[in-house]
Amino acid sequence: MTILGRADYGRGGESQEDNLDSASSGRHGTYGRYLLGRCLGSLGSLAFMLLLSFFLFRVLPGDPARTLGRGRFTTPEQLDEFKRTYGLDQPLPQQFLTFLQNTLSGDLGISLRYRVPVSDLILDRMWPTILLVGTSTILAGAIGIWLGVRGAWERGSKFDKVSTGGSLTLYSMPEWWLGLLFIAVFAVGWGPIPGLFPTGGLHSIDAEPGTISGVLDTIWHLFLPVLTLTLAYLADYALIMRSSLLDELGEDYLTTARAKGLRDVQVRNRHAVRNALLPTTTVVALSLGFVVTGAITIETVFSIPGLGLLATEALTVPDYWVLQGTFLVASFAVILANLAANLVYGLLDPRVRT
Amino acid sequence: MSTASATRESARALARDRRRQAWSRNWRTFRSHRSGLIGLAILTGFAVVAVLAPLIAPAEGLEVTKATGGVLEPPSSEYWLGTDDKGRSVLTLLIWGARISLFVGLAATVISMVIGTLIGLTSGYFGGWAGAILFRVTEWFLVIPFLPLAIVMATVLGRSLLNIVIVIGVTSWPGTALLIRAQTLTIRERPYLERARVLGAGPSHQIRRHILPNVMPMVFANTTLTVAVAILTETTLSFLGLGDPTRVSWGSMLDDAFSVGAITTGAWWFIVPPGVCVVLVVLSFTLVGQALEEVLNPRLGAGR
Repeated sequence: MTILGRADYGRGGESQEDNLDSASSGRHGTYGRYLLGRCLGSLGSLAFMLLLSFFLFRVLPGDPARTLGRGRFTTPEQLDEFKRTYGLDQPLPQQFLTFLQNTLSGDLGISLRYRVPVSDLILDRMWPTILLVGTSTILAGAIGIWLGVRGAWERGSKFDKVSTGGSLTLYSMPEWWLGLLFIAVFAVGWGPIPGLFPTGGLHSIDAEPGTISGVLDTIWHLFLPVLTLTLAYLADYALIMRSSLLDELGEDYLTTARAKGLRDVQVRNRHAVRNALLPTTTVVALSLGFVVTGAITIETVFSIPGLGLLATEALTVPDYWVLQGTFLVASFAVILANLAANLVYGLLDPRVRT
Repeated sequence: MSTASATRESARALARDRRRQAWSRNWRTFRSHRSGLIGLAILTGFAVVAVLAPLIAPAEGLEVTKATGGVLEPPSSEYWLGTDDKGRSVLTLLIWGARISLFVGLAATVISMVIGTLIGLTSGYFGGWAGAILFRVTEWFLVIPFLPLAIVMATVLGRSLLNIVIVIGVTSWPGTALLIRAQTLTIRERPYLERARVLGAGPSHQIRRHILPNVMPMVFANTTLTVAVAILTETTLSFLGLGDPTRVSWGSMLDDAFSVGAITTGAWWFIVPPGVCVVLVVLSFTLVGQALEEVLNPRLGAGR
């Protein structure tokens, strides 16, 4: 479980030999080794993702040409032509090499629907997603950590009960359903509530980007989607922050800090929260990797032209190269975020540099 | 001869007694968690409805051609929760949707639990290069973005319930595996296992008789939480139109509601009930899982 469990699954699992190793080589210089190990691990994941992607698109369908061009070809000649264009008549190992070469040089194929290179499409559609998910993550991180800290510090209080209950309910809710409710109430208007916000899109047709009114227009359009995603993420962060701060509460160093005569707020902010922030930071960093995944449903519901909407649109065509492109970008984002989370964790907490 | 078999008999009875006591003790602790009990009651309700669906709401209510109501009729005495865009009773759809949600949730969890336990146990118990490789593989699967994968699989393999179950199962096992691995690593070093090894117990005996019984409670608590995630995932996939087109689930109801514009026409009875059902079931599984975790893992202790 990612939400209610501890963030650092692997840590307890690092084998003992590793610990002995790092002990003998001393404290200095171990971060370099840790860094190297983590980078190599990420390269391994990347290789696995490429292999998986190739398997999904070329091996699993049996006859890729038929699946890829479903409903598109009427004559066998057209099918042969299609196979030749995409190199599907080559033996599998050869195909894999070509695939590797193309992907690593940034060539992700041509979109069957838009007739432009997939890499251009993805670069174009990336910004709305980053804007949407980035803003929501920052907001959710700040509010969620505040809620979690206060809930854990005053555990059992009314505040704690309400915030934990609320977080659990939000966590159990499909975030796009919440988005639908928001649209129905605040965008369409319901009963006495007038429709205050647009039902979707990134900006009005007549808005000029770059001007102040254009920016305000985009903020107005993004208000509901950002609110929805923030609430969805916030639940995770609040629950994790709360549980990791509760883990710290029994520690001796807090008693020491109190014995030194520090005020309650100082004990909380300078000692307990600092340590409890470690797992939360990791979870926030990791969740950034699921940018594309998180955006898929919200972008569909609010029709924001980002990577997520690109993927669901490609689904109906079906536009295979776009699907493959978004899958690769999504995987790459997760691997990158994973690496970043590990590196930050290693920097903040020397104990994990094993 | 007879005394030997008698002692074996009494040893078995003793073990049975002890197991029964442990169960009743755990049940007592579980009962003290009010939220867990409420979750269990709600789940029981949904399970009963799902099992008895054909009796409560005849399957004919699902067929578009036999629909009797008007298009998107608001709730009335005849249709308690109104009708959908094809004139079917929303309540009937909800009842049948419970079957799909619970089935997918449980089936995917079984897959995830079996793979996760096997890989976690093996990589934790055997260690060495085999364990290291399995650990790496687990890490690789951990970073697969499940929604894009599900979209790809549905496109490549076609849309079916089985595909959804496979996608959820395949992407959710790594968490379980890492949890089990960490547990196995600590149990492996305990003195009683050393004793078993000295007495000549082989790996299979050690795993079956000592490690598995100790790891199982964790698996159980984790499973309850996995079901919650699996049900959420199923709903999302169906909403995106990746579900089995021939079956009604809560997610596919919401997909229909969204695409016929129930939001702009204000047909709340088509949007709110399926979502509320999802939230209730997922929340209940989460609450039960949390309560179980506390019952079976006393280290987590009070205060949570």
